[in-house]
Amino acid sequence: MSNELLFGDIAALRPRLASKEISPVEVAEALLDRISHVDPKLKAYNHLHPENSLAQAKKADVSLPLGGVPIAIKDVLNVKDDPLTCSSKILQGYIAPYDATVIRKLREAGAVLLGRTNMDEFAMGSSTENSAWGVTRNPWDLDRVPGGSSGGSAAAVGGHEAFAALGSDTGGSIRQPAAFCGCVGLKPTYGRVSRFGLTAFASSLDQVGPFTKTVRDAALLLEVLSGHDVNDNTSARRPVPKYTAALTGDVKGLRLGIPKEYFIDGIDPEIEQSVRAAIKHFEGLGAEIVEVSLPHTEYAVAVYYIVATAEASANLARFDGVRYGRRAQGATDVIDMYGRTREEGFGAEVKRRIILGTYVLSSGYYDAYYNRAQKVRQLLRQDFEQAFTKCDAILTPTSPSSPFKVGERVNDPLQMYLADIFTIAVNLAGICGLSLPCGFTKAKLPIGLQIIGPQWGEETILRAADAYERSTKWHQERPNL
Amino acid sequence: MAEAKIEVSYVAHLARLKLSDEETATFQKQLGDILQYVAKLQEADISSVVPLEDEAGFENNLRADEERPSFPLPAVLGNAPQQANDLIVVPRMVE
Repeated sequence: MSNELLFGDIAALRPRLASKEISPVEVAEALLDRISHVDPKLKAYNHLHPENSLAQAKKADVSLPLGGVPIAIKDVLNVKDDPLTCSSKILQGYIAPYDATVIRKLREAGAVLLGRTNMDEFAMGSSTENSAWGVTRNPWDLDRVPGGSSGGSAAAVGGHEAFAALGSDTGGSIRQPAAFCGCVGLKPTYGRVSRFGLTAFASSLDQVGPFTKTVRDAALLLEVLSGHDVNDNTSARRPVPKYTAALTGDVKGLRLGIPKEYFIDGIDPEIEQSVRAAIKHFEGLGAEIVEVSLPHTEYAVAVYYIVATAEASANLARFDGVRYGRRAQGATDVIDMYGRTREEGFGAEVKRRIILGTYVLSSGYYDAYYNRAQKVRQLLRQDFEQAFTKCDAILTPTSPSSPFKVGERVNDPLQMYLADIFTIAVNLAGICGLSLPCGFTKAKLPIGLQIIGPQWGEETILRAADAYERSTKWHQERPNL
Repeated sequence: MAEAKIEVSYVAHLARLKLSDEETATFQKQLGDILQYVAKLQEADISSVVPLEDEAGFENNLRADEERPSFPLPAVLGNAPQQANDLIVVPRMVE
């Protein structure tokens, strides 16, 4: 398989597969070969099953939308008969008894499933350092983090170890690592994609979405993943648009909002410069730039760390040594068994969040923390509703900083939480957002531009992102691995 | 808002989570910092807000009450750390 194809996107690969110029088995073999050379450095994958991937490739129907395309899966989704660990010791030994709905949809679209990718334990983190199985490295600088929590998926796509990957985004866990690793990451509107088979972290915020090399691939993946699912009552009964048809390349007259609250002190000047240049670029393409205000933005991180931890403390109660994974030995009674299993099985960040979430829901504190946070969340949502009366999409940096060094923030959880300052409000408002490459720092680290859309506004943000991508070359840069 | 005070060992017990003394001390400090940070929500004017009830304007979403096959028992039970006779074994709960 030529390097041109290996480093290219799905849209370039598919016609070559369809014309039988190259077979799905050759594609899978080329990727597995690259993984065997590159992954010892990146450590993007938790689990690989090459024979299984090759068997799928052998049977792949290349006439299907993703026929023969190898895709990596974050280790948070159930893939039948494969291990699922959420990068946690507590799920060691768990074998998924069923396919998540998004996995079933990928299979039905002909995709070849590659391995499970590394992540922050139970998707809690912004650097993939909170994994029980070790740290994933950034393909652009191995001393730096890939972002998180879906850092393995981002590194796999950014490092060309997969054509695409699935991740999950609760407060930025797709968009922030996509920005750090120089790929495209899309967080769909809440309810667009089924969560059935996704290990729950914060159920009112979680969404599954794709990592891809280009915007047109993100549109293709979203088309496959979206739709109502009888097994997820929060999935919307809405028709799925043909997202790929929305990519007209034309943004003339599109109103793009610039919120002043996202251009604050403390943002890396190189990032601000690149994002401002991208805004200028859109203006050159004929878009109309308008100033908007999202006045409650400063509260987003605080609201998130109350709402998300509260939901997590309830969702993670199921990991108690009874039904799944491992159980601590030598317990004196059942309460002791729960406590010890969770002590041994969970890492520090998960414990910290369970305690915080339990606290904000506990008697005497519920109103002061949880109820108040839910009300401020409503204000954040109203901010966006207001802004979207003046614009069609919003442009911001994806992250205030470029990829930081491994170990730099692990002892300061609050500092780590602030890495998500620009992505969190989108989840709290239930709307959609994507990140795409818009430049590099002088040290050759990728910079991400976030495009935020209203509820069900995926066609708009994909169209804007695609128009930008067509007229720039950032997505063609490759890391030197 | 309530004073940012958290007794980590008590809350950990509520969450059925054992902690070492060292972890308790570390979390006590870190969670204190985080609570201090989230106290900024006190400044927000929430007087006009009605509480958020549902997440994306979803109505009751009912499906037909039809029989469907369950997952095969061995696949489900196979994940339990201890089992016997198609049942999950746990430490004795009742004396």
